[in-house]
Amino acid sequence: MTKRILSFIFAVLLTMSFFVSAETEYETDISYYEKFKDQNITINVYNWGEYISDGGDDSVNVNSEFEKLTGIKVHYTTFASNEQMYAKLKGEGTSVYDIIIPSEYMIARMIKEDMLEEIDMENIPNYALIDDQYKDLLHDPDNLYSVPYMWGMVGLIYNTSMTDEEIISWNSLWDERYFGNILMFENPRDAFGISLARLGYSMNSEDPKEMEEAAEELKKQKMLVQAYVMDEIFNKMEGGEAVIAPYYAGDAITMMDENPDLAFAFPEETTNFFVDSFVIPKGSKNKEAAEMYINFMCEPEISAANAEYIGYSTPISAAREMLDLDEEIMAISYPSVEVIEKSEIFRELDPEINKLMDKLWTEIRSYNESANDWIAPIFILSLFLASITIIVVRAVKKKRSVQ
Amino acid sequence: MFKAKAVSVPYLIWMAIFIIAPLVLVGIFALTDAEGSFTIENLSGIGRFTPVFARSIWLAAIATAICLLIAFPMAFAISRMSERRQNLFLMLVMLPMWMNFLLRTYAWMSLLENNGLINRFFGLFGIGPFQMINTQGAVVLGMVYNYLPFMILPLYSVMTKIDNSVIEAAQDLGASNGKVFSKVIIPLAVPGITTGITMVFVPSISTFIISRMLGGGGNLLIGDLIEMQFLGNSYNPHLGSAMALVLMVIVLFTMSITSSIDSEELEDMLI
Repeated sequence: MTKRILSFIFAVLLTMSFFVSAETEYETDISYYEKFKDQNITINVYNWGEYISDGGDDSVNVNSEFEKLTGIKVHYTTFASNEQMYAKLKGEGTSVYDIIIPSEYMIARMIKEDMLEEIDMENIPNYALIDDQYKDLLHDPDNLYSVPYMWGMVGLIYNTSMTDEEIISWNSLWDERYFGNILMFENPRDAFGISLARLGYSMNSEDPKEMEEAAEELKKQKMLVQAYVMDEIFNKMEGGEAVIAPYYAGDAITMMDENPDLAFAFPEETTNFFVDSFVIPKGSKNKEAAEMYINFMCEPEISAANAEYIGYSTPISAAREMLDLDEEIMAISYPSVEVIEKSEIFRELDPEINKLMDKLWTEIRSYNESANDWIAPIFILSLFLASITIIVVRAVKKKRSVQ
Repeated sequence: MFKAKAVSVPYLIWMAIFIIAPLVLVGIFALTDAEGSFTIENLSGIGRFTPVFARSIWLAAIATAICLLIAFPMAFAISRMSERRQNLFLMLVMLPMWMNFLLRTYAWMSLLENNGLINRFFGLFGIGPFQMINTQGAVVLGMVYNYLPFMILPLYSVMTKIDNSVIEAAQDLGASNGKVFSKVIIPLAVPGITTGITMVFVPSISTFIISRMLGGGGNLLIGDLIEMQFLGNSYNPHLGSAMALVLMVIVLFTMSITSSIDSEELEDMLI
């Protein structure tokens, strides 16, 4: 009897697996993916939060599809920023991860510090599907270390019910009419990039004078800024708390879904173009399995599922063609050549400039005209005096009681 | 004696690994540069962050004072209730803490916003909207809300031990209500006050997410500054450690003062 039940279950499972493999057709040969089947391998993937199609809202659960197809287990964890990921890796010494998906300037830093393995493109046949314009980029000129996952651009998201103006320039972020209704990036790289671009400089400027000038502008802007935000922007823009903010196009689409009053525009000045790519850190124990994962993620079907779910743009045109999006969204996700040509990709800056930027950024953020520089020293001094008096008073008392 | 030592071994090991060793590491990091050679540049460079330190100390002090003002009568009232009601009220005090800290702060964010619940309520009467979010007041509110239980609980635990007969004795001897309060209740509650002040002031001065969510990121606190050194653009754990060290010194000073005030001296001061 049990045998019969078992065989029945087996039959069901077989037909199910047949359906699954019949449903999705992959570019790469199935036998390629079956190389590590039954070997009980686990790979550790470290990605941005909310940056993969995870099965929510009837989407494809990409990781479990991969597990089903290859028998490799995926242990998936997320980070909130490039810097957080970098600090974690540095702190741990050796990496426990097999795949990480940082942005280009962080990849440049990691290459420079010898933290990455070279990727064997032979093992990633789907690399050929990636459009040429996302290869040979500044951070990895010979395509040795990274495979593009998603790309996107920074632009301006604004609430059409709160302004009649058509937003076309970074200048709107300095417009006094929007006093208290402007949100600004909470990270220095993006904030300085915008301030530099508005002044007509390169977003990768390494000239201290230009940086100081950009910082001056940001200080002026601070009076108008309602808040410096990262993820808090979703809540604030969707709730109509602010008129205008710079943000990533992919996330802007998510916000526009929630609040139809929101619109998105690319500025006429330079803007930032970013690419997040797969890399394999030094210390990866399953490099070939990791490469298989990268190849799987480059399957047009999978890439399209991811792009559709997260709202960012895929570098694979075969995947883009599968997307079923309306024109407005397409114009944001895949802007015209002119917009892309005007944009700049972040380069890893000179460490001295990075330091200067951080110093200026702290100054801007803690800049407050009414602040009194003397409170802290006086407070510490009075604490010090208070503890001394207490000690003295005690000593005197003891003496008295002895007498 | 011997037994007591043996029992404390697990904690001593825990302390050595997770408290002493990290503290030593912070010290080492603060006094070295990226190449690992000795420098005091990190510490001396902190001077330029004076406004941030000032703001943190100021806001944390205000929050602590407000907490004390709210918690003291509250704790006293609870300590005079019947046991069943005491348990109920203590549970109510603890109730918000069952929910995640971030969620609570996030909830305040949507309450205080210009289109938030509170301003919409005012809007019904045609007043407002008031600017509440992204102000220093909002940051203080966040601190008070999140850390109030840490003030109430130590105060309560001290006050339950104050015998009613002590208060009655004072009244019998002709002390007015105000006198009873200042001469009997406050001195007896001093250990609770000092613990409460430490437990509210310390997390308030080092918090970072509250100022970011409710202060709009324009009111940087020390905690934000330290976070920026580790998770920010430049990854400078040495400067971050130096800041943490200075923060620890400030906290140590406050603690040493609050703990050295015993009831006797307070009495002297009150006279």
